Amino acid sequence: MLKQITVFLENKPGRMEEVTGCLADAGVNLHALSIADTTDFGILRIIVSDPDRAEAALKERGFMVKTADVVAAAMGHRPGGLHHILKGLKALDVSIEYMYALTSRHSDHAAIVILSLANQAASVEKLKAAGFPLLDESFLKQLSES
Amino acid sequence: MERYWNKPAETMDRGHIREIQLEKLRATVQNVYSNVPYYREKMQAKGILPGDVKTLDDLSSLPITTKQDLRDTYPFGLFAVPMEDIVRIHASSGTTGKQTVVGYTRRDIDMWAECMARCLVMEGADKSSRIQVSYGYGLFTGGLGAHYGAEKLGAVAVPASSGNTRRQITMLIDFGVTHLCCTPSYAMNIAETLADMGHTKDDLKLVSGCFGAEPWSSAMRAEIEARLGIRAYDIYGLSEIMGPAVSHECSRQNGLHIWEDCFIAEITDPDTDLPVPEGGAGDLVITTVSKEGFPLIRYKTRDICTLNTQPCECGRTHARMSKPAGRTDDMLIIRGVNVFPSQIESVLLSIGEVQPHYQIVVDRVNNLDTMTVEIEISETMFTDNVKGIEEFEKKVGGQLNSVLGVGAKIRLVEPRSIARSEGKAKRVIDNRKI
Repeated sequence: MLKQITVFLENKPGRMEEVTGCLADAGVNLHALSIADTTDFGILRIIVSDPDRAEAALKERGFMVKTADVVAAAMGHRPGGLHHILKGLKALDVSIEYMYALTSRHSDHAAIVILSLANQAASVEKLKAAGFPLLDESFLKQLSES
Repeated sequence: MERYWNKPAETMDRGHIREIQLEKLRATVQNVYSNVPYYREKMQAKGILPGDVKTLDDLSSLPITTKQDLRDTYPFGLFAVPMEDIVRIHASSGTTGKQTVVGYTRRDIDMWAECMARCLVMEGADKSSRIQVSYGYGLFTGGLGAHYGAEKLGAVAVPASSGNTRRQITMLIDFGVTHLCCTPSYAMNIAETLADMGHTKDDLKLVSGCFGAEPWSSAMRAEIEARLGIRAYDIYGLSEIMGPAVSHECSRQNGLHIWEDCFIAEITDPDTDLPVPEGGAGDLVITTVSKEGFPLIRYKTRDICTLNTQPCECGRTHARMSKPAGRTDDMLIIRGVNVFPSQIESVLLSIGEVQPHYQIVVDRVNNLDTMTVEIEISETMFTDNVKGIEEFEKKVGGQLNSVLGVGAKIRLVEPRSIARSEGKAKRVIDNRKI
């Protein structure tokens, strides 16, 4: 499991720029990012080099910030790589709440999918039992090094 | 030639009005003292007995009644007759979730219809008129109040109630309706929909309309008159006192005649509740002297007005109140429904928000009021998925709708984004150009 930083953003010009400025000042590197947008607000979800520092810095700037545990799975960086993972989830009857992906230069996991799953704790157990290539915090360090 | 519904009552000299008022006031005070324990205790606390009311000037020594008194006695504590003599109740949404309930005897309903009939005649209606009542029918007093007046007059009442504007227009045209009763913003909405449907004012037989239950300006009056080809009259009332027809404009349209044989109006200082010098502006305070079921002594309407007792060219001798210039409390009127910011706060507190920071933004879009409640997001509301936040918004919106009786859009905003002055948030932003 990985720690994701989640930020509530109103749909107002300049809000994203405030977030990136804050992270830059705190010396936090961004590995992956996605935004769920609605008419009035967005939810920014990021995977960063140092979640604790990012959370503290954003909170200090007055943002509504929470951390959430998400699942990271390595996949082949080739056609069908993600499909292979999703086929596995379907077979195990695991539902996805939201997902996004990143690539890295690290050869062991050149492509990674970030997942938030329905009934997450139980779903993760199913995935582990089925031998899914799940990643933990240590892979963030590798990302920063690679 | 000015027409009246009840010429002797409407044109009697002011001395006679005052005689009637004193006689009825003394009877009303005796009635509440004998039959409403709440009033008896209030009077005892001030050391006043019914016999102490000897002149109309003694009115100002009587206790004031506020909306809080109505809440404290919910639901029937201020009723002055046994429930078997009550034939109808109306209610308006209260400030803390509970409604404000009022009751009428058969005679009260008839008195109300009499007042409404006088108003309808003032705007030119008679028994040959067809009167479409597009106020909501139900616990709100607008619909049934206007309806009974139209029937009393002997006109054709068209109980359209509110909503479904296209069907309203079809009825206006097909039924040859001559008079319309609704909120001024709904009249504007009807005018616009009329054009959307490809009709013009020439397709209507409308002559005039009475519009009330919410504030409106002379610019809006001019627009309604031009677009519907009618004369637009202001009508005033509130459920606590009776409902619509407490006062209404005559053809001179220079103030609203209050039916002083039924109501005693005072203008008071909002802070001291003492009368202001004649002609001065202040809180309109009304004592009902013709009601049996739910008589109120010195009810503080919190509408800011002036009172004019000078003779009117129309021949009516009853004092004219100015169009209310504002409120002495924070009440909002949204689509004719009374809304207090505290109601919104109580809903937020009831769903477990400890110190909600919120702001109410009111606007008028296509002549209909809209209300958005902006709430600063808190830890408990925030989740990492949209579904969780939307469910929260839906829950708050649903509860607000059931408490207020009017829909509100919920919008979550970032922490500390609502401006605060002296630590307190400005609760209401009213962008309506009325």
